[in-house]
Amino acid sequence: MKFIDEYRDAVAAKRYAEAIARATTRPWTIMEVCGGQTHAIVKFGVDMLLPSAITLIHGPGCPVCVTPVEMLDKAIEVASRPEVIFCSFGDMLRVPGSTRDLLAVKAAGGDVRIVYSPLDAVRIAREHPDRQVVFFAVGFETTAPANAMAVVHARRQGLTNFSMLVSHVLVPPAMEAILASPGNRVQSFLAAGHVCTVMGTTEYEPIARMYRVPIVVTGFEPVDILQGIFMCVRQLEEGRAEVENQYTRSVRREGNQPAVRLIRQVFRVCPRKWRGIGEIPRSGLGLAEAYADFDAEDRFGVADRTADESPDCRSGLVLQGVMKPPECPAFGTRCTPEHPLGATMVSSEGACAAYYHYRRERLPEALPVTEP
Amino acid sequence: MGEDPLMRTGKVSFGGILKEVNLACVPEVKIGDYVIVHAGLAISILDEEEAARTLEYLQQIEEMGQSTQGSA
Repeated sequence: MKFIDEYRDAVAAKRYAEAIARATTRPWTIMEVCGGQTHAIVKFGVDMLLPSAITLIHGPGCPVCVTPVEMLDKAIEVASRPEVIFCSFGDMLRVPGSTRDLLAVKAAGGDVRIVYSPLDAVRIAREHPDRQVVFFAVGFETTAPANAMAVVHARRQGLTNFSMLVSHVLVPPAMEAILASPGNRVQSFLAAGHVCTVMGTTEYEPIARMYRVPIVVTGFEPVDILQGIFMCVRQLEEGRAEVENQYTRSVRREGNQPAVRLIRQVFRVCPRKWRGIGEIPRSGLGLAEAYADFDAEDRFGVADRTADESPDCRSGLVLQGVMKPPECPAFGTRCTPEHPLGATMVSSEGACAAYYHYRRERLPEALPVTEP
Repeated sequence: MGEDPLMRTGKVSFGGILKEVNLACVPEVKIGDYVIVHAGLAISILDEEEAARTLEYLQQIEEMGQSTQGSA
């Protein structure tokens, strides 16, 4: 398909790998913060094309994976109510809460439905005026305009049976949290192309300046990623720390203004707890006061629920880039996509799932399943 | 395509599969444009000239690398 095939060209990828090798004189560590890029890197073996001096680490780039356990518990509690039709993107269904997942709610007779768009959930609410329809609004800035649009549509249509369980997260505050942590190894970032398609690139400029890190907004195909890495390496080698844009076919500096306006109209910035990282100030979106009547946490009285993460799952270390998935003792044995300990093994954007799907044959034989 | 700009939709072909997509955030979109769609909403129109420039970048850095090597 146009705009995809030419960015998967193996010859171009090899030439980029050679250009990166020529440009590299010292070891450098680069983090991507986008699950789509993580999957492309592992699937196409981009990391294996690079000189050994370049280390890629996978950051918290998967919104499903950073959703805290207590939010899953709230979703499970709401979805279990008989009057509720609970709508979610598919990859949330197998993510474990404290005791079970949304799929178990569905199996027990709960009305849990997978939707492709939050606008589908609004349509379901219109078609079922006698039921409460709740949409699980999880995502980064990329998903925020669609979710905001759903709330605006619901209000315009006068729907009183539609609400949202909101667990939105923002990328720049998480990058700052990583850079400010004492054990930080990240020297440069590939920023997420679709997050920046919506938000633009200006909010990355103070981060690049303050922490002296090159940030290159990058696309999702192997040639895009290799070009993004080349641009990072060139800045690092030249001692520059700027925001550059590799993904110019989609990202404009000012972002998508109608989308940004929609987000500002419906949401407000709030603190958010990240699975495996903890609470980060101003790192999430919640419903703005004018749309507070669409908040499912208030409607169903679940706002105060808290829960601790499972000690078995090391996804916190994976999400911070401290541990690679195959280094986890549970990887591929006690933790698989069918029986996950944590979200990183489930989501189509999770780092553990990427290694499980694309790299398992390179790993030692799976050990027999044993209970701890 | 409806009258209300927030409700404006259009058909987008995903490698041959047609889906109805909300176009409110890409008001300037024309029939035949390539768009990026996320969760049922188009969030950008792909820029053909920029796409071509991205592909030319490789050639530029290789020529630059050769000229640096040549002068060293």
